[in-house]
Amino acid sequence: MKSLFRILVLSALIFTITACKQNNDSFFGHQTEYADNGENIKTDGTTETLAMVAPPFVPEPTGDRRAKKLIVNLETIEQIGELADGTEYNFWTFNGTVPGSFIRARVGDEIVLNLKNNENSNFPHNIDLHAVNGPGGGAEATFVAPGKEASFTFKALNPGLYVYHCATAPVGMHIANGMYGLILIEPEGGLPKVDKEFYIMQGDFYTKGKYGEKGLQDFDIDKAIDENPDYVVFNGNTGSLLGENELKVKTGETVRLFFGNGGPNLTSSIHLIGEIFDNVYVEGGTSINHNVQTSSIPAGGAAILEFKADVPGDYVLVDHAIFRAFHKGALGKIKVIGEDNPAVFKENEPIKTAS
Amino acid sequence: MSRLKQLLKIKKLKQFFPNMKPLVIITVLLFTLTSCYNRYNNVSVTEPVKSSVHELVHIPSSKEMKKIEGGSYLGFIGKDSGRIVTVDSFLIDDSPVTVSEYLEFLKKNPQWTKSHINRLYADNDYLHNWEGDFEIPKNVDPNSPVTNISWFAARAYARSVGKRLPTIDEWEYVGLADEQTKDASSKPEFTEFILNSYQNKKTYENPIKADKPNYYGVYDMYGMVWEWTSDFNSVMITGESRNDSATNETLFCSGAAVTTSDLKNYAAFIRFAMRGSLKADYTVNNLGFRCAKDI
Repeated sequence: MKSLFRILVLSALIFTITACKQNNDSFFGHQTEYADNGENIKTDGTTETLAMVAPPFVPEPTGDRRAKKLIVNLETIEQIGELADGTEYNFWTFNGTVPGSFIRARVGDEIVLNLKNNENSNFPHNIDLHAVNGPGGGAEATFVAPGKEASFTFKALNPGLYVYHCATAPVGMHIANGMYGLILIEPEGGLPKVDKEFYIMQGDFYTKGKYGEKGLQDFDIDKAIDENPDYVVFNGNTGSLLGENELKVKTGETVRLFFGNGGPNLTSSIHLIGEIFDNVYVEGGTSINHNVQTSSIPAGGAAILEFKADVPGDYVLVDHAIFRAFHKGALGKIKVIGEDNPAVFKENEPIKTAS
Repeated sequence: MSRLKQLLKIKKLKQFFPNMKPLVIITVLLFTLTSCYNRYNNVSVTEPVKSSVHELVHIPSSKEMKKIEGGSYLGFIGKDSGRIVTVDSFLIDDSPVTVSEYLEFLKKNPQWTKSHINRLYADNDYLHNWEGDFEIPKNVDPNSPVTNISWFAARAYARSVGKRLPTIDEWEYVGLADEQTKDASSKPEFTEFILNSYQNKKTYENPIKADKPNYYGVYDMYGMVWEWTSDFNSVMITGESRNDSATNETLFCSGAAVTTSDLKNYAAFIRFAMRGSLKADYTVNNLGFRCAKDI
């Protein structure tokens, strides 16, 4: 009797394992793949230093260029800057901007990441790039004291849009102070061509004073732990995409937003009022969703959002967790200039009521 | 049968050592200490073979020292082991070593001047804004803390005045005090004060003792410079800060996870991270030192 029971249990186990294995091979009917192809891509022997541009702009597309050795120079800089009109904050940055400079490479590139910690820094820093296959995303290899430099090399294996950030203790504080950016690994042949590309990252900030309080604001650790930010902003300032900084495109143009969320805490519900995203590279990966109204971007995550500017007007980018937009700063504007397009949108004459 | 024998053996042992428990504890402790010692050795800086330390000329120092009464406290690192740090009574400089004090040392020990220092002992930023070997730069207050000093140089200075560098445990013990109390670590506003003081820029240009001293009469523990400790590299914050709280490779032989006693003590996190980012030949703009002494 006992041995019969044992046999039963054993067969059940074997069955489960086999079933599991099958499941693994065809998860939801798809063959799972591992992106180790990038490892076999040979670089063409040339070396290039990536030319950096400040957000909301991005370096040139990789197009159909071959894989190469790409040198990326980042510097950690601590500096006081404006968080809102009349409100200052002690930002910790990569290359002096929030978010840090956009890194653009292609799959198969051999990327040499040089990290310098500015000599006037008060604190040690490092970098963890989510595009790296290796310990800590480079965090340990790049741990640098003020005034020092560190470097490591990695092969870009997986195409996609990835967040990078500082990972030095206390890591939450380094991120909360603005130490994040995006790195794009383009697929072989590059992303499809579009007319305009922009780089936007959302971040939550925790200040001693309430939203709108003037002067230099200290970091508030209690609010950060409570995940209760005073500011939720795009590109490190309530006004970085407003007024003279608003993004300008023409009707008929295709627009690509490289949108990331530095966090440290909040998930973004990114939405462009009056437009529909024709294509969304979900979570910055390879699968493309279409006809999306609002995309959910987790802290430490990113997505590529694409739309065609059909009708002229002001289009407001918001975190659709809407109080953040109107009371914490998560507001930006894309101005579309050009001919009216009444076939798509027109205002009707007021309806005359019979007297 | 054999069990009985064993029991008898134990009984016999118990006759010899009626109080077994302390013995076992002591043995375990001894073992732990020994393995600790090894561990420290492993991570300690490797000193270049040819040492100029022996050629040091002793110099007098008029620096006032404060007596720190020994005691114990809950260490910042080592939560799982409930690491209680015990510190013997010692003396500590009441302020960081100044530029002018360091100049006196250089005059008697020219092997430590900018142009003569053994490059194994300091990187290229050693005393980086000094133009000559014996001239304080014009825009530098002689009474400001000396910075861009390597660990080797700080240690040599300490020896030349008959002192030593404080240990991390000693430094942190003194650092627990605010103006009124020995241990202000439970006051959130104290941690906040420290955290904010760390954000201020170029505080190393200020003269020492401009702010109020702490409970012990010690000045400028915060808001001036990072300070070398003798065992700065015994705490291995690796830069992979998420990992530091998950593995036991990083710190101490307690075998415990490297967690902290106070997750909200960001000021302490920053100090330990800063120490972890250093090498003994590093010199940094906002890194100075003060000395300590046994009693």
